Amino acid sequence: MKRTLLVLAVVVLYVLHQDFWFWRTAHPMVFGFVPIGLFYQAVFSAAAALLMWLLVKFAWPSHLEREIEAKEQEDSPK
Amino acid sequence: MIPAIVVFLYLAAVLYIGIFAFRKARGKEQAEDYFLASRSLGPFVFLFSLFGTNMTAFAILGSSGHAFSNGIVTFGLMASSSGLIIPLSIFLVGTRVWALGKKYGFMTPVQMFRDRWECGHIGTVIFIVQAVLLVPYIIIGIMGGGTTLNAISGGLVPYWFGGAIVAMVVMSYVFFGGMRGTAWVNTFQTVLFLLFGAVALIVIGAGMGGFRTAAQSMLAAPALAPLLTRERISPLYFFSYTFIPLSAIAFPHILIFCLTARKMGQFKKTVIFYPLCILAIWLPCVFLGVMANRVTDVPQIRAKQEARRVLATQGKNMAPEQRDELREQAAGDDVIMLLLQRYAPFWLAGLLGAGIMAAVMASDSQILALSTMFTEDVFAFYGGKRRFGERVQIQTGRIFIVLITLFAYAIALRAPETIFELAIQYAFSGFAALSPLLVAALFWRGSTKWGALASTLWVVIAVVAVAVFQHAVPAPAPGPATVVWWAGGWEALSRTPGGTAVFGFMPVVPMVIVSTLLMILVSMATSKPKAATIKRYFPS
Repeated sequence: MKRTLLVLAVVVLYVLHQDFWFWRTAHPMVFGFVPIGLFYQAVFSAAAALLMWLLVKFAWPSHLEREIEAKEQEDSPK
Repeated sequence: MIPAIVVFLYLAAVLYIGIFAFRKARGKEQAEDYFLASRSLGPFVFLFSLFGTNMTAFAILGSSGHAFSNGIVTFGLMASSSGLIIPLSIFLVGTRVWALGKKYGFMTPVQMFRDRWECGHIGTVIFIVQAVLLVPYIIIGIMGGGTTLNAISGGLVPYWFGGAIVAMVVMSYVFFGGMRGTAWVNTFQTVLFLLFGAVALIVIGAGMGGFRTAAQSMLAAPALAPLLTRERISPLYFFSYTFIPLSAIAFPHILIFCLTARKMGQFKKTVIFYPLCILAIWLPCVFLGVMANRVTDVPQIRAKQEARRVLATQGKNMAPEQRDELREQAAGDDVIMLLLQRYAPFWLAGLLGAGIMAAVMASDSQILALSTMFTEDVFAFYGGKRRFGERVQIQTGRIFIVLITLFAYAIALRAPETIFELAIQYAFSGFAALSPLLVAALFWRGSTKWGALASTLWVVIAVVAVAVFQHAVPAPAPGPATVVWWAGGWEALSRTPGGTAVFGFMPVVPMVIVSTLLMILVSMATSKPKAATIKRYFPS
C-alpha cells in the first residue's frame, strides 16, 4: 500500500510538471517580479525534494544495505 | 585584470587540491583507489561531487543564455524536470549499481553489463558508443575554458593560451589525484556554484535598481512580455524535455561516481538535496538571463537583441548561412558575464568569474571516466592487467588521461565550437536512449545481451540520422517549422529553428521508446543468461 502511494505520488508530480494552465500568462507576478510560471516550477523543485525525502524514508532499499554489510562482515579478518 | 588574477588563484587552489589528494593516496597504488577513491567518499563530498560532476558550463552560462533568448521556460524545461528525474534515477539505479559494485567489484557500467548478460565483445561495442558520446564534453570544456579566460581577462589571455591553461590544470589534478582529487575539486567547485547564484542575484539586482521595475517594464513591452510566459515553446516540446534527464544516470562518469560512496546511506542526502541544489543554481541564473533583456546600457546585450529582432523579422528571406550568423550573434551564453562586468565590483567579478570557471571545468570527471573505462573495459578485459599487473594498469590510465586531454585540446584549437555544442545535444539524447539498458539489467530477469546490442545499435543509428538530417535541412527562421514528411495529415518529421521534431516531439522521445521496445522484443526472442548468473542479480 505504502509503495503504491509512493508510485502514485511520483506519477502525480511528473504530471504536475506539465503545468499548461500557466502557459500563456505571467500573472500573478509573485513578490511583484517573479512570473507565476517560474514561481510554480521553483515550488515544484521543492516538492520534488519532499518527495525524495518520502522515498528515502519509506522505500529505502535497506535489503541491499544489509546484504553488503553481511558480506563485509564475512570478508573482514576474524 | 583583477578578475583574471582571482581566477588564476582559483586555478592554483584547484591544482593544489589535486596534488594534495595524490599525497594522501601515496602508497596505495591500487586501481580501485586511483579510479574510485577506494569507494570511500563520505556524505558531504559524495553529494557535492556527484552534483558538481553533472553540472557543466551549461548550468551557469548556458542556462542564462537560453533564458535570455527563450524566457522563463528554461527553468521548467531543464532544471525542475532534472530535479525530479535525476534524483529518482539515482535512488532507483544508482543505489543498486553501488551495491553490485561492492559485491562483485565492478568499476564501470560495461563490467556490470558483461557480467550480467555473459558477454564480451558486446560490452566493447557499448564502451565504444559511450566513449564517442562522451568525448565532445571534454572538447567543449577546454573551449569554454579558453573563451571564459579570454573574456574575464578582457582579451589579455588569448583563447589558445586560456584553453591550454585549463587543459593543463584539469589534466594535472586528474592525473595525480585520480578520483579522490576529482571528487574534492568537484566539491570545492559545487560550493562555488552554490554561492555564485545567490551572490550574482543580489549584486546584479542591486545594480539594476531592483527587479520589480525591470519585470514590470518587460511586461509592458510586447516584444519582451512573452519571455515571462512559455507561449513560445510548445507543450509537446516541453514534455519531450523530461526525457533528457534520463541521460544523467546513463552517463558513465555519473554511474562511476555512484560507485565511490562509502556506504549506501550516503545516497540519502544526495537524493533529497539534489532538487534543492538545482534550484539554488538554476533559478538565479535563469532569472538573471531573462532580466538581461531589460538592460539597456550594455552595448553587447543590445547588439544581441538587435540580431534577434532582425532574425525574427527578416530571417525568412535570408540564406541559411546568414541566419546561422545572426543566431550566433543573438546567442546569450555570455550575458551573465556581461552583467557581472557591468554591475559587480572588480574583486567580486573575479570571485564570480571563478564560479564560472568551476562550471566550465566540469570535464574532469569525464576525462577520468574515459580513462577508467579504457583501462578496465579494454586494457584489463583483454588481458593487460593479468599480464602487466595493477601498477601498469594505473600508469596506462594516467597516460590515457594525458593523450585524451592533448587530443581534445588539439581539436578545440581547430574546430568551431558550434559543432561540439550540437554533438552534446545528440549525446544527451543518445545517453537517454541508453538508459533502458541499465533498467533492464537491474530490474528485468528476462533481458539478454542481444536486446542490449539491439538498443545500442539503435542509439547509434538514431544519433547519426538526426545529425545527418539537421545537416542536410537548414534550420528555418524563428516561426513555423519546415515540414519534411507528412503522414496522414500529421507533421511526422520537421526541421525546427532549434533542432528536429518527430510528430511534434523531440527526437529523444522516439529514441527512448524504440530503444525500450528493442530491448524487450529482442530479449524475448533470444536465449537468456545462465540461471546461476540471473540468481546473482535476483536472489529472491
